[in-house]
Amino acid sequence: MIRAILVSSVVLVLIACGGNGDSDRDVAGASDERAADRVVVYTSRQPHLIEPLFDRFTAETGIAVQFTSDNEASLIERLAAEGARTSADVFITVDAGNLWFAAERGLLAELDSPELESAIPASLRDEQGRWFGLSLRARTLMFHPDRVDAGELSTYEDLADPRWAGRLCLRTSRKVYNQSLVAIMIEAHGVERTEEIVRGWVSNLATNPFASDTQMIQAIAAGQCDVGIANTYYLGRLLADDPDYPVDLFWANQGQGGVHVNVSGAGLTRHAPRPDAGRALIEWLASDAAQGEFAERNLEFPANPAVPARGLVQDWGDFESDPTPLTVAGERQAEAVRLMDRVGYR
Amino acid sequence: MSVTAEHLTRRNPSATSKKRPARRWALLPLLVLVSLPLLMLLLSWASPQSDTWEHLRAHLMPLLVRNTMLLLLVVGAGVTVVGVAMAWLSACCEYPGRRWLDPLLVLPLAFPTYVLAFIYLGVMDFSGPIQTLWRGWFDSSPALLTALSQPAGVLFILILAFYPYVYLLARASFISGGLAAFEAGRSLGVGPLPTFMRVALPIARPAIVAGLALALMETLADFGAVSIFGFDTFTTAIFRTWYGLFNLTAAVQLASILMLFILVLLLAERFSRSSRPRATERRSGGHRIRLRGWQAAAATGSQVLLVLLAVVIPLIQLVAWAWPNLPDILGGSMPRVIGSTMLLSLVGAFTVLLGGILLLLATHRAPRRWVALGEVAALGYAIPGTVLAVAIMLSFIRFDQWAGTALAGGLLALILAYLIRFVRVAWGPLDGVAGRIRPEYLEVARSLGVSKWQRLWRVNVPLLWPGLVTAFLLALVEIAKELPATLMLRPFGWETLAVRIYELTAEAQWELAALPSLVLVILGAIPVFVLIRRATLVK
Repeated sequence: MIRAILVSSVVLVLIACGGNGDSDRDVAGASDERAADRVVVYTSRQPHLIEPLFDRFTAETGIAVQFTSDNEASLIERLAAEGARTSADVFITVDAGNLWFAAERGLLAELDSPELESAIPASLRDEQGRWFGLSLRARTLMFHPDRVDAGELSTYEDLADPRWAGRLCLRTSRKVYNQSLVAIMIEAHGVERTEEIVRGWVSNLATNPFASDTQMIQAIAAGQCDVGIANTYYLGRLLADDPDYPVDLFWANQGQGGVHVNVSGAGLTRHAPRPDAGRALIEWLASDAAQGEFAERNLEFPANPAVPARGLVQDWGDFESDPTPLTVAGERQAEAVRLMDRVGYR
Repeated sequence: MSVTAEHLTRRNPSATSKKRPARRWALLPLLVLVSLPLLMLLLSWASPQSDTWEHLRAHLMPLLVRNTMLLLLVVGAGVTVVGVAMAWLSACCEYPGRRWLDPLLVLPLAFPTYVLAFIYLGVMDFSGPIQTLWRGWFDSSPALLTALSQPAGVLFILILAFYPYVYLLARASFISGGLAAFEAGRSLGVGPLPTFMRVALPIARPAIVAGLALALMETLADFGAVSIFGFDTFTTAIFRTWYGLFNLTAAVQLASILMLFILVLLLAERFSRSSRPRATERRSGGHRIRLRGWQAAAATGSQVLLVLLAVVIPLIQLVAWAWPNLPDILGGSMPRVIGSTMLLSLVGAFTVLLGGILLLLATHRAPRRWVALGEVAALGYAIPGTVLAVAIMLSFIRFDQWAGTALAGGLLALILAYLIRFVRVAWGPLDGVAGRIRPEYLEVARSLGVSKWQRLWRVNVPLLWPGLVTAFLLALVEIAKELPATLMLRPFGWETLAVRIYELTAEAQWELAALPSLVLVILGAIPVFVLIRRATLVK
């Protein structure tokens, strides 16, 4: 037995060393490190949402896309540690807070691209061109139509009102989506007022915060609570499986600041070995050709206003979105986390 | 066949260690390798983060300490009672179904903890099938299940996930010594329970403690299950500080406190143990205790119940979720993913086993300072995976810059990361079994003119066999499940099943991840079944 393990391990090590880099995601060898016929992407957006787009990009331009996925915090540390030796050209992640942090750490290059500036509205990109939003996710109110009348709903702030006591569900404050929402509220109302509102939410909670938006929406459907806050695409996924799913969405804060929107987005890395290929990929992802599919795969909204939303998200109609620049979500994120800790929002 | 005072005499560690000091230096390369990332963690203290600490102290610490202590106490007690009881039954008793139940009881190890957690959340949640059915029948919520959401739910999951560590190690120890001692005690007319408590249990103590240590370190470092259940612990605070407050330095400081806390506990346990009598050698030829009537029913029944909860129910739920995608099981990229999972696990497990043997050589019957160094070398297991992965990545990149090499991004770095993280997993079982090998065996062999290699092959390996098998098996399934280091250090194109599960569950779409989870569990089941049989058959 031991002999067998020994022999097979030696064989495996040999295979492993020989087989290094030989897979269908790999295209070019390490020898032509700076060749422009490929682009290397670090992404925290789920691979199954972007891989089909990478394939289209390769088919249209001949530039192969090589990517590695991990969570955003780890990728940011990796980029920072690799410094000038990094092999990554493009960083793709979700949430403006993460994009802001990567830019703040000096990991992203300033990209001067008229194409990107005309495709993506100013509030959805960095002033200095270090990152660009590629899809919009709206975080709004969800409710059970049998137990809540849409007329009762108005704003995020209103959910702090005592009439919602025992009827509110929230996702955990660990999730960056809620941190960004609260960060934007601090910008609008100041710390004191926001702390009051979030304290009101906590005292209205029907149960402990959930680990995911999906669980929270399921709890509304099952009757554990009546109303909550979630990103629209989570409801979209449930509706795609069951068109009669008993939860509706309500566009929050219409006429009162607008719905909180966030982005997924991309930036060119500061030390990109192939900056031209990286730039080509980001510009292509923001173009009319790619935007529709980029958003639709995750039931989001295109960041490029010239491209209409596709699929079932059209049924939800137009909405007014909060014009606060998204860099605020990053700048105030730590402040928001501390505020939520103080009021006991877990 | 009796346990005499002579067998239980205390050995003087320094007397044996003086004879062969050379092997202890085997520890040094391992120590250097492991201390690089640990130094990275300690270096964080160079920049004080008083502002963040003030916030943590004021708003989070009381709750975190309370929750973490609760986890340690309840999970520790739970895995010890369940693991030891089941191991004693499997190793030393005979009852219907034993041979089939034995490997099944180890199988929960093949489930990543977060997979077990999301399965049970799916099953028991307010909107899950059980509670929905219940409300349909009784028009009210089942109080018990609602209460299970947290913290009882998370305690339940962690005990189910981690008892196999105690089970495996205690089992190896009972097989190679417990039964003989038990028979000896019984032959002196002592009742079964006192004999078990006073003879069999103390003999297995090092193994049980090693298993408990693994379980508790896993508990402390667990992020998946506690965050799925929304239970705040020291580890969730580490990640909140890192991801939410963007303060990796303070997060790493928190992690290093956790690490030092564990080191103190481990050393305290070690040194309280070393003053006690050492156990005797293994004896073959003991007969299993044949259980009859209600005793046999209770033994079989309790193990069947445990297997139902920890293996069968989760498997059924996984299959139900994966059912629509089941034809994809061998399609697309799946064969490649399965291939790289197996390759990495086998190569990694073998490396970890070698590391464990080095640690054993260096620390076995060694003076305290060597044992303490060994505990330091094995600390990687006590650090939350993602934090350790960052520390390893940083140290490899720094090393590359200094030496002009290209370790980071290559396979070697990943294998070394597995070694740093899991060497304790191999050392624990080896140490648990080696404690009962009498040096006289080797001396007798030497006096009979048996060559050094022959002695190794014909004396040491057979005596260590249950420990070697257990160590290899544990390392194999641990590496197959490992996520953070694999995610961060894998070369392009090297995807494992755990990585695939992560990519699909990043947005809590558990059902999508059911298929790779199922494949991971099935893959993990194969070595469990094969090796458990081998570990039992060797006499």
